[in-house]
Amino acid sequence: MSSLASTQPARFTHYRGWVLPVVGVAIWWLAANQGWSDSGLLVSPQKVAVTAWDQVSSGQFWRAISASLARNLSGFFIGTTLGLILGCLLGFSRLFERLVGPSFNTFKQISLFAWIPLISVWFGLGDVAKVVFLSLAALVPVVVNTCDGLRNVPPAFLEVAKVYGFSRWQTVIGVMLPAALPSIFTGIYLALVYSWLATIGAEYLLVSGDGIGNTLIDGSEHFMMDLVLFGMVIIGLVGWALNVLARRLERRMQRLYGINPR
Amino acid sequence: MARATATALDRQQAPVKQLAPVERLPSFPVRPARRVSLTPRPRSAWRTRAVNSALPWLLPLALLGLWYLGTERGWLSEQVLPPPAYVYQTLGDLVSTGDLWLNASASLQRVLVGFLIGSGLGVSLGLVMGLSKTVEDYLLPTFNALVQIPVLGWMPFALLLFGIGEPLKYVLIAHAALVPVTLCTLQAFHQVPKRLLEVGRAYGFSQRQIVTDIVLPSAVVPIFTGLRLGFTKAWLSLVVVELLASSEGLGYLIAYGRQLFQLDLVMAAVVVVGTVGLLIDRGFEYVERRLNKGRAPTSGRLA
Repeated sequence: MSSLASTQPARFTHYRGWVLPVVGVAIWWLAANQGWSDSGLLVSPQKVAVTAWDQVSSGQFWRAISASLARNLSGFFIGTTLGLILGCLLGFSRLFERLVGPSFNTFKQISLFAWIPLISVWFGLGDVAKVVFLSLAALVPVVVNTCDGLRNVPPAFLEVAKVYGFSRWQTVIGVMLPAALPSIFTGIYLALVYSWLATIGAEYLLVSGDGIGNTLIDGSEHFMMDLVLFGMVIIGLVGWALNVLARRLERRMQRLYGINPR
Repeated sequence: MARATATALDRQQAPVKQLAPVERLPSFPVRPARRVSLTPRPRSAWRTRAVNSALPWLLPLALLGLWYLGTERGWLSEQVLPPPAYVYQTLGDLVSTGDLWLNASASLQRVLVGFLIGSGLGVSLGLVMGLSKTVEDYLLPTFNALVQIPVLGWMPFALLLFGIGEPLKYVLIAHAALVPVTLCTLQAFHQVPKRLLEVGRAYGFSQRQIVTDIVLPSAVVPIFTGLRLGFTKAWLSLVVVELLASSEGLGYLIAYGRQLFQLDLVMAAVVVVGTVGLLIDRGFEYVERRLNKGRAPTSGRLA
């Protein structure tokens, strides 16, 4: 039964994906309810559900999630805008690239979270610091991909533009930007993914105010495994939703600009 | 008779065609040729090269100058921005007292062990899923669902399960490395060139031969890309884990300096973290280029 050699007809195999999760939850349920372990960390699935309901109905969840999302999106927009500007400058101007490129490449090698202590000293622990950090997280992939896209426009396109006597402005608008769009979208998509990751990190490390990351840290500090599990599920769901949203937008934009989706 | 036809044929050959003499084309209004500058203005090669190699240093030097001026003139207090000389001195102290080596080796050991565990598991998981459609059907949906939770999301969970010891770091770093390695390995199996498989089948390769002689060799490069990506992720999460929970390591140095408000220590440690990450990444890049020699570039999107 190899995926490589045999071209098997499509059969009903969707159920297979559900086997593992269902068995896993069943074992968890049994382990928790039969008292296989008296560790306080082994909470039952019902308890997690009850905690989730408490969080949602008491409004704590909504406060946390809206604070996190607001941070995430504002950081994402600021970072992406700055990233597009910087990426375009790097992509269009050789001089600017020589000036700034090497410094930027060194800068992006520094592990993102290593900036948090410095940011916390310069900007405090509040929302400003978090948004600055998130913008930084979103900025890097956008700059890299925008610059790459503009640098890798097929030379044939540029030659055609020259033959037709396009002005520099026409070349930029009519040839280079459309050719670079897929790469730019990839950058923005990555920025959305990274900024969610960075939101969680920022909330762990700059603990103040509401946020889904703070919910998790609270749960961890008070040994409330149910709260931690609930938070994890929410983080996963939001990450997934952002992912799907970004893919959709990307595809729509590509269709709008007449680019064939890969 | 035969002779006569032959001469007749000879005579028929090569009828001279009168070509009209080439006339000059009528003159038309001359448009000046558009100037297309393909090469930059000639400049002396030596000067161009000198300017080119000097340009990248301009910005860092300017920033350093501003930093120096800012602290010298007292625009910012030393607490917020320590002078560069101070950071340099701290770095020197770290090296001479051996603190740097102690913490860096602790970090490197963690990242290596975690990375080896994670990438080993990742490659084998990817292999199993790539080779067997059945296993892929069972595992992949669960795997994809779990991947949606980033390493940071697992952290409080792991903190409760494993405590603040070394296992926590190994588990989280291994998890960070595992995800990209598994996905890249699986992708490598899905992207085996169809033509090679057809050739293999035409030669009557057995299932095992197809795997060992075609699939695995063509999967080497993508798997290596996955390993590189995995290492980057492992290094990133090492810093986070150490920032949050550790008593030694480079991330701990940063957190410690932050708590004591010794920003020179923070900055020195950040510089070390960046340098080590850069060196390791360059090493991977070098090996990747060696592997890629003589192969057609493959394009893939690794989100």
